[in-house]
Amino acid sequence: MSNLADTLPARTDVSRAAPRAHPFRRLLRRRGAAVGLVVIAFFVVLAVLASFVSPYDPLATSWSAIRKAPNSAHWFGTDEIGRDVLARVIWGARASLLAGVVSVLISLSIGVPVGLLAGYAGGKTDMLISRLTDAVLACPFLILAIALAAFLGPSLTNAMIAIGVSATPVFVRLTRGQTMAIKAEEFILAARAIGNPPWRVALRHVLPNVVPALIVQATLAIAAAVIAEASLSFLGLGQQPPAPSWGSMLNTAKNYVDNAPWMAVWPGLSIFVLVLSFNLVGDGLRDALDPRQV
Amino acid sequence: MLAFLVRRIAQIVPTLVFVSMLIFGLQQLLPGDPAVVLAGEDRDPNVVAYLREKLHLDEPLPMRYLYWINGVLHGDLGESLRMQKPVLALIMEKLPVTLELASIAILIALAIGVPAGIVSAVRRNTAWDYVANGVALWGLSTPNFWLGIMLILLFSVTLGWLPASGFVSPFEDLKANLAALIMPAFVLGNAIAAVLMRHTRSAMLQVLSSDYVRTARAKGLPERAVLLKHALRNALIPVITLGALELGTLLSGAVLTEQVFTIPGFGKLIVDAVFNRDYAVVQGVVLFTATAYILLNLLADIAYVIVNPQMRVQ
Repeated sequence: MSNLADTLPARTDVSRAAPRAHPFRRLLRRRGAAVGLVVIAFFVVLAVLASFVSPYDPLATSWSAIRKAPNSAHWFGTDEIGRDVLARVIWGARASLLAGVVSVLISLSIGVPVGLLAGYAGGKTDMLISRLTDAVLACPFLILAIALAAFLGPSLTNAMIAIGVSATPVFVRLTRGQTMAIKAEEFILAARAIGNPPWRVALRHVLPNVVPALIVQATLAIAAAVIAEASLSFLGLGQQPPAPSWGSMLNTAKNYVDNAPWMAVWPGLSIFVLVLSFNLVGDGLRDALDPRQV
Repeated sequence: MLAFLVRRIAQIVPTLVFVSMLIFGLQQLLPGDPAVVLAGEDRDPNVVAYLREKLHLDEPLPMRYLYWINGVLHGDLGESLRMQKPVLALIMEKLPVTLELASIAILIALAIGVPAGIVSAVRRNTAWDYVANGVALWGLSTPNFWLGIMLILLFSVTLGWLPASGFVSPFEDLKANLAALIMPAFVLGNAIAAVLMRHTRSAMLQVLSSDYVRTARAKGLPERAVLLKHALRNALIPVITLGALELGTLLSGAVLTEQVFTIPGFGKLIVDAVFNRDYAVVQGVVLFTATAYILLNLLADIAYVIVNPQMRVQ
């Protein structure tokens, strides 16, 4: 996950920004981001309405339909024990989206307060937090997530915790960097001069100006978290069988790639399309929220 | 330069200490008595007693950390219960395989990422730029284990050109070695190529708008010389140093790639250790990786200062 602290300039007071088109409208003007939003909405609807739109029970096996190629009864074919691949792809969207959103919420809930504290307090607090962040960042994201998931035990919940904790330093750094830049702005000096306590200045005046950068990073982080969940499930450390997950479907599919390639094509394509959509929206948001674009 | 070095090394010492604490702390996440969990499914009382003594589990936590870090500093990363071998020896045994895979992956990433970034910057807002950006987005969005499976389907199952899995030592058969590694290296290089492309594009755009490039053009140099001799040389400085930071992506990717292609490297070592509940190996691999990452970061910073005169003046 890339750190946006260096790429996004600190925002000035939101309320004093020059009049311009609403960021959401500017986002929709970017074709890639608009398509990404539509695709994400499609997957969200699919995940929420899985029990209504799924053609079969994702866990129902059929010994008469083992490894059937895509046909009119099973559009995406069937797997090694006769389960419908389309039904499992639809239900798998739930695990992927849930993991993506929950792990980023975990990262945000730890990273933002800690980053705000480091950036605003400065001094020894900042130094301690920065060194701790460097330490977590030094462990490659997926390797740390694998180690955490291994020690916590394999399950979707633990995978989400592992991904969330591993991704936290990026949010600490981003929030810290933005806070330090905003802290030097005149409107913050004014807020302090009229006697606001530090916590109020940090929460009421600094935090709202960090939010745009956080939105961009969170969108890109969801993309990374979806891949990370799929990776952990692929390794057997995420969603446990027989519950459907795109990663675990690919883990099984790799053993049948010579005689049932459809088992690998659809879950992988779903991960790719969903991650691509989040990346497109993230890139679009970065452009739409960047004051230099005005 | 010396002051920079001292300051930078002084910075990494606390980071290394925190890394070691973090990795030592992983053991505390184990539910129940660590000695019983670490002893595996057999829970042999002798093994449990041996582990309790070896890990100093009767001592307070800070003392246990000091015993552990003292061992680490003397090259003792623990012992694999499953393979009955020191963890460091296991890492050293598997590392060359991953290093070879990673080196080929970096070459592939450079061969795709840098030219794509140059073309994208030079032909900004043209079809070339859109195609290069599309390739970068593809690289960033494709799960590499899926790409691996798809390449096996195409080149091994359908065309029969390359082996689907396995590894042959380059000292035994170089051709077979390259045939076994080319697909996994491409899979691994794919994501890094995307990052390099974005870095190169952004650095080239910055350099192309600078005064000295304008001067080079004004004195009538051919565009090719302006781009390759003047612009690219400077644009590549941040690209190479930022590229060094992609080691994390490379190692994370190697875990999955080695699993897909059954390559007996560093990545497969950690996955096998996870499933064998060989926690000392998991800890050892994470510690080794993190330390390597920190040291590589340091080298990248030093290289940046050496090649960038502005940084030297600062």
